[in-house]
Amino acid sequence: MNNIAIEKITEIIGEKYVKSSTAQLLAYSYDATANFQRLPELVISPQSTEEIAEVLKICNNYNVPIIPRGSGTNLAAGTVPYDGGVVILFNRMNQILNFDKENLTITVQPGIISENLCQFVEAHGLFYPPDPSSMKISTIGGNVSENSGGLRGLKYGVTKDYVKGLQVVLPNGDILETGGKLAKDVAGYDLTSLFVGAEGTLGVVTAITLKLIPLPSYKMTSIAYFQSLEDAARTVSNIIASKIIPVTLEFLDKKTIIAVEQFMKIGLSTDVEAMLLLEQDGEKHQVEQDIHEMVRIAKEHGALFTQIAQDEQEAEQIKTARRVALSALAKLKPTVILEDATVPRSELAKMVKKINDISEKHRVNIATFGHAGDGNLHPTCLTDLRDEEEMHRVEVAFEEIFEAALELGGTITGEHGVGEMKAPYLEWKIGSVGIAVMKNIKQAFDPNNIMNPGKLFAKETKKRVVVHGGN
Amino acid sequence: MVVTSVQQQMQQSFQTHVDENLLLDCMRCGFCLSSCPTYLHMEQDEAQSPRGRIALMKAVRDGLVPFDASIEHSFDLCLGCRACEPACPAGVQYGALIEQTREAVQEVKRSSFVEKTTRNIVFDRLFVEQKNMERAVSLLHLYQKTGLQKVVRKIGFLNLFPKHLKTMEASLPAVAKKVQPLKQAKSATMKVAFFTGCLMDTLYRETNDKTVSLLRMLGVEVVIPDQQSCCGALHGHSGELKRGKQNLIHNVELFDSDDYTYIVNNAGGCGAFLKEYEKHLSSDKRYHEKAIRFSEKTIDISSLLVKAGLLEYLATLPQQVKKTVVTYQDSCHLRNVNKVFNEPRMILQALPNVQFKELPSANTCCGSAGIYNLLQPALAGEILTTKMTTIKALEPAVVVTANPGCLLQIQAGIHKEQLGSSIQAAHIVDFLYNSIANYSKIS
Repeated sequence: MNNIAIEKITEIIGEKYVKSSTAQLLAYSYDATANFQRLPELVISPQSTEEIAEVLKICNNYNVPIIPRGSGTNLAAGTVPYDGGVVILFNRMNQILNFDKENLTITVQPGIISENLCQFVEAHGLFYPPDPSSMKISTIGGNVSENSGGLRGLKYGVTKDYVKGLQVVLPNGDILETGGKLAKDVAGYDLTSLFVGAEGTLGVVTAITLKLIPLPSYKMTSIAYFQSLEDAARTVSNIIASKIIPVTLEFLDKKTIIAVEQFMKIGLSTDVEAMLLLEQDGEKHQVEQDIHEMVRIAKEHGALFTQIAQDEQEAEQIKTARRVALSALAKLKPTVILEDATVPRSELAKMVKKINDISEKHRVNIATFGHAGDGNLHPTCLTDLRDEEEMHRVEVAFEEIFEAALELGGTITGEHGVGEMKAPYLEWKIGSVGIAVMKNIKQAFDPNNIMNPGKLFAKETKKRVVVHGGN
Repeated sequence: MVVTSVQQQMQQSFQTHVDENLLLDCMRCGFCLSSCPTYLHMEQDEAQSPRGRIALMKAVRDGLVPFDASIEHSFDLCLGCRACEPACPAGVQYGALIEQTREAVQEVKRSSFVEKTTRNIVFDRLFVEQKNMERAVSLLHLYQKTGLQKVVRKIGFLNLFPKHLKTMEASLPAVAKKVQPLKQAKSATMKVAFFTGCLMDTLYRETNDKTVSLLRMLGVEVVIPDQQSCCGALHGHSGELKRGKQNLIHNVELFDSDDYTYIVNNAGGCGAFLKEYEKHLSSDKRYHEKAIRFSEKTIDISSLLVKAGLLEYLATLPQQVKKTVVTYQDSCHLRNVNKVFNEPRMILQALPNVQFKELPSANTCCGSAGIYNLLQPALAGEILTTKMTTIKALEPAVVVTANPGCLLQIQAGIHKEQLGSSIQAAHIVDFLYNSIANYSKIS
């Protein structure tokens, strides 16, 4: 990286907030994605939108890559530097800027930890529903840039359904304001949506206005165990068909249940094939009615047994079991690769079966859990990256899994984003026209390609394993 | 080039000492970040987080980056509080990794003169033989007894020393008084051995005597094997495990007896290390089995008191109208390694003269961390300030701790904030003993 650029950036940010030691560069060379790591050249902690605008002007001039980074919990290598450059941190931009109880919105800086934001609004009887499993540590800016989902996605949607407005610094240093507090606003292109989930490839988000809703007064949680995946999947379809939209409808397969139980020791049944976690929130009588109806449907469709959590503590324990699924699996093998294949929920049983067949065919160990209610599955491969031969089989297996998801009308990622990891597969989902349009959009905002380069668009698209199907 | 060869030596040392499998357990999810005091106190600097440090260990081991002062600084700043372990869903053994790392670094690095001297005194002299410790402490007692302490304080001699040492000096306990044995409430049913610990047996002799008295009161027969060695925790945490290994073996031999059910200790830091003797001696064929027996029998004083029926005994005492507001600061090692956090709270809640208030973030480190507050005074001080802010907000009369290091640190905090007239710090054993002894006087 050009020394003059470094000097100029340091002048703007202040020496104290510019990191360039070996330890610090290394510490920002990865995120939560297995097998991706590359060093940045500089790490900075700006304190204002204006500082970021100045930095971007310099980077644009000197062609220096910019990688905005929250807490680095990404699972598709979205914040791993691709070719050096400057990592921007938001640890000094974590304030609540405006809390508007009349319009039910909150405007925050990107660095605030998602859980802290949730707790703040809940203390005022309001609710921000998106709850990615990493919310304890992930930042809201990261959630917006990745369009994160979570356990409550089925009923309440994902991050994009709550972002009302953004402040974004564009690569040329211009500061763009999109959307706002209005409930209705149809003036022009929906630029807010464009930046949500853009994975930092179009600009740097510096303020976020979020929609809030009233906090549900009551919730209940239950679990149901099944002897077959099909029974669990049929239960899911029938619950929705009965016009019940639960807040949470999660799925764990046998391998995942065993891993979680080994870790948590909370008395989950491990001699079953699948488990569903059901939660409803709302008015007490409606919640009770829905939960009992869902339990009835589960039993009708072959649930071996069901259990309704007696109190908040028990409910929390059950939900924690789901939240730690990934990490509990991680205990079993040195390397864990978590994928994010998503299908229409009616195809859930077929998809789970396909994953199992593919895993057997390629002799790789894949456990599956995920958001059954919205068809978003996380096939998770337990492997060891030191075993090159096995790693190759893992790669082929995942290609076939994406292929299968697309054939069933699904997608290559439901909530983690494309990042660098899944860039070679993006064209499978959106086609060559989709890629061309997206590249043109990128070009319009970022002609010098300084914003998080190497993400979304791969140098080469992977060849499809099977030619038919897709989209 | 010399530099290159040091780099190579360091990489090799990491390959020898730092277990690759343990490193690979970390899946970089980041769940540890919010539990790490150094990460939180250093503006969420990833290089000062468990995930960052593990990445650094791996990078040095793999030769991805050269080992330099910035990397060493990151390892040095780790408190070793192990708060990241319970937070880690993947079960990464961070404690083992940082110990291995420090060992790897120590082996290659030529310590600075000051640090080397401190290390030599601490690790080769003070904490190897109990005699040395006793000698040092009796000098200290002489210093306190003769009034020299007062004179020294008055003439400002201590101003010549760094500020943090001055604060620590003010927190040193007074000379031990003779402990009146409590009346036995139950007949003898259990026999235990007492691991006295070097600091506890010298600086805090009174606390040890009270420990024995409390156990005897509950009908526990206490044996104190002679010639005990320092547990080796300070060695282990500072990358000097090799120097400390003789202590481990000595203790494992000394305590290997079917005669008693438990080996009890009253210092959280020692207790955690004793519990992990079996890990530290796992590659030693001769002593591993004995170490397993040793670690299995190890128990902390609060847990043993509860097992011996303390809560039932306290329930027989009538409630007192005037209650002291008491809070409890966890010993990181007792909580995060030995997983003991309920028992001390149960005991305090059961005391008839206590109104127990939970300290918010009682589970986070106070900054003491062995000799960390001596080696990294600036950050230790900041962490202590945060701790004191929560303590002040709670307004307790007594902060109870379960480890001599924490006790000294909290006392230093109280002194620094000039709260000595309203808040006191006490070891759980002293507080418990005094409460019961006072009670007997009243009745």
